[in-house]
Amino acid sequence: MNITIKVWRQKSNTSPGEFKMYSLSDVSPDMSFLEMFDVLNEQLVRKGEDPVAFDHDCREGICGMCSMVINGQPHGPLRGVTTCQLHMRSFNDGDTIVVEPWRAAAFPVLKDLIVDRTGFDRIMSTGGFVSVNTGNAQDANTLLVPKPDADEAFGAAACIGCGACVAACKNASAMLFVAAKVSQLALLPQGKVEAKSRAERMVAQMDDEGFGNCTNTYACEAECPKEISVEHIARMNREYLKAKLG
Amino acid sequence: MLNAKIPDGPLEHKWASYRSRTPLVNPSNKRNLEIVVVGAGLAGASAAASLAELGYRVKCFCFQDSARRAHSIAAQGGINAAKNYQNDGDSVYRLFYDTIKGGDYRAREANVYRLAEVSANIIDQCVAQGVPFAREYGGYLSNRSFGGTQVQRTFYAAGQTGQQLLLGAYSALQRQVGTGSVQMYSRHEMLDIVMIDGKCRGIIARDLITGKLERHFGHAVLLCTGGYGNVFYLSTNAMGSNVTAAWKAHKRGAWFANPCYTQIHPTCIPVSGDHQSKLTLMSESLRNDGRIWVPKKKDDNRKPGEIPEEERDYYLERRYPAFGNLVPRDVASRAAKERCDAGYGVGASRMAVYLDFTFNMKRYGTVEANKQGLRDPSEEEIMRMGKAVVAEKYGNLFDMYKQITGEDPYEVPMRIYPAVHYTMGGLWVDYNLMTNVPGLYALGEANFSDHGANRLGASALMQGLADGYFVIPYTIGNYLSGEIRTPSISTGEQAFADAENNVRDGLDRLTGIGGNQTVDHFHKRLGKIMWDKCGMARNREGLGSAIGEIQSLREEFWKDLRIPGTQHELNPELEKAARVADFLELGELMCHDALHRDESCGGHFREEFQTEEGEALRNDEQFAYVAAWGMNGKNWDLHREDLKFDNIKIAQRSYK
Ligand code: FES
Repeated sequence: MNITIKVWRQKSNTSPGEFKMYSLSDVSPDMSFLEMFDVLNEQLVRKGEDPVAFDHDCREGICGMCSMVINGQPHGPLRGVTTCQLHMRSFNDGDTIVVEPWRAAAFPVLKDLIVDRTGFDRIMSTGGFVSVNTGNAQDANTLLVPKPDADEAFGAAACIGCGACVAACKNASAMLFVAAKVSQLALLPQGKVEAKSRAERMVAQMDDEGFGNCTNTYACEAECPKEISVEHIARMNREYLKAKLG
Repeated sequence: MLNAKIPDGPLEHKWASYRSRTPLVNPSNKRNLEIVVVGAGLAGASAAASLAELGYRVKCFCFQDSARRAHSIAAQGGINAAKNYQNDGDSVYRLFYDTIKGGDYRAREANVYRLAEVSANIIDQCVAQGVPFAREYGGYLSNRSFGGTQVQRTFYAAGQTGQQLLLGAYSALQRQVGTGSVQMYSRHEMLDIVMIDGKCRGIIARDLITGKLERHFGHAVLLCTGGYGNVFYLSTNAMGSNVTAAWKAHKRGAWFANPCYTQIHPTCIPVSGDHQSKLTLMSESLRNDGRIWVPKKKDDNRKPGEIPEEERDYYLERRYPAFGNLVPRDVASRAAKERCDAGYGVGASRMAVYLDFTFNMKRYGTVEANKQGLRDPSEEEIMRMGKAVVAEKYGNLFDMYKQITGEDPYEVPMRIYPAVHYTMGGLWVDYNLMTNVPGLYALGEANFSDHGANRLGASALMQGLADGYFVIPYTIGNYLSGEIRTPSISTGEQAFADAENNVRDGLDRLTGIGGNQTVDHFHKRLGKIMWDKCGMARNREGLGSAIGEIQSLREEFWKDLRIPGTQHELNPELEKAARVADFLELGELMCHDALHRDESCGGHFREEFQTEEGEALRNDEQFAYVAAWGMNGKNWDLHREDLKFDNIKIAQRSYK
């Protein structure tokens, strides 16, 4: 396959960015999207140019590090698939593919396609946990959890923290990310104790970080590579209201 | 002879008596003691969080953008614990026994017994944190079986157990970050340790965004930096997984133990072409329901569906009737290689075997049809129902396979081949998890201690969390109780300056080479040497020539590498180059170790040492020891720790 990539280049956080075009020939349809970038970078290094910086690590769709907006969609065209699990066979010979970083005020670009997502960690550190010290735990089977609750909590806990929800949202809201954690822990007996204050604290931090408001467009759910349901947002709103009403 | 500082007394009392006798550090002294934790995977995150809860001042470093991304997250199958919730005869002793035997009698008894003892606490702790393990309808925790055992002791969260456990440890870590007890340094890479008066007193780390080198003091330093499987270039490890932290420590005096023990996992998606950057695992749990086979005829070009039953060779069932498709990983991997080398492999590359679910889909389908009271169901109806059962158990894995290969495993058998997955070797540690360098510890996959020459499935998560949650919080007191009079050392000290300069010069050397080849070019070549000559099978001649090839590749690397840009900016090519430079040294030591060990055991298979049936042949007389290598200029000195088996009768493993 012959492919043209139009990719966002930006030297650093403070410099302006621009799109640059690169063409690649002999792209194998079995290559992953990131392997296509490996080939491009190999060529750039050999020519003495700066390779395109992008985040990635596990390349199996679980660490949440990869993050490219491909032809306008976070993680590209396939539903429920991360950038690293996308393959070139999803594209056609002769295609021009536009690749950009996540765009959100709370995710400043560090270089090319790499953005700063530490805001997510700061939100987590305000309440995304159960306050239990190592060694405090009782026997695991003394805490029964109905299977449907456990399954639903797992569904929320499957979030990989990639930030595609923010990138997909026209308001750059982090609602789905926050809700997934609040909802997971609210569904479990061990997380119920702090459910209200957790929702309050995490939402406050989300606002402080400069993420936008949720206006229920559900773009987040549509682009989430782990297909996390917006129902978790409803559950979080209930916890949040409970907290506000005392 | 090495002193592993194993407590006296009977095996089952060692840990309890250690805990009641080891010196403590009082709370006000803890507040003045600083600990550096490098790595934020299961071992690092659990250690950092637990130590901060105790009151120590902790700094934690990871090279990813967040602690939540460490490669522990990719573990699929589960975590073992001797809970005996199934009432099927499990016990601490049995978990201990299975682990020692699975490791082909090359692990340290006392450590493994302690691991089995604390395994149950791990499950309790994780549940208390809100880890959503799989449950039964009654609300109780669910278990499944894994390779090398006869009980059901594996706890799991779908095919994403590592993710859920890591996010649990990460949440505990973030809680301590929120209170200010842990300072987190993400996008930071440790590039050296700092030694003062014979003790490890801190690290040099590079801020990967700005490129700035930083000095960090610690009364103790914990390396929780994972394994070195990426020395093979292609592995199931994450792209960034590396040996650098452990290797820098090795160069400053820490011994590296059993480097040649590599786990090659039998069920991975085969290499599809030169562009391949990494390999993907298909969980061991699939071997419960899939049958592995190749055609009986060499170079058979027919489609799998066109090959009749009697022309298929279910070689694992043929060779190991007692265990069949569920033999341990090392055995299954070698058997696949043997078939492919002999010309019976399948797929375009001929380097793959089939993992076929048809048989069990039919079986499940028939059971379903009976349940629903269907009389004379058609073949199609049966298969449809059988596929649904398999989809519920392994749906996410089947989807992943399809995504990567473009083939539908519900319709055609999976093609699989062994791939590098885990490294049992690592920094030598004593019972306290301290290396031979005072104040320097190694936890999790980064140390060598618990898995011998072959790790059993679902034991890596157990070990990482055992070390971090339940071992180091006790054992570190043993050392730090002697450090309460040591005030924090200024990073203005000469040793810090020297180490920093050393790192800076090393990076300048890399960017200054100005050659023609990329980092990946060298990494791929190193990987090929390692895979061909120090992979699933090794022999004297191959290992000897590999050492020479690695030495000349290393020379070429330092002459012909090209790195764009400088060290004073975000520079992913430079990061890769620095890691590959270390792999180029480690690879030589691995071959050296494999060459010296004139026996076969677990994942280390020396072709000269095999039984008539082609099984691994140990030499307990001469090699029942841990080989801990100390760097001595351009060579290595061997330090032996003899392994004593007082509680287990050492025997030849048999799976027939
Ligand atoms: S690289 Fe880990 S999810 Fe894509």
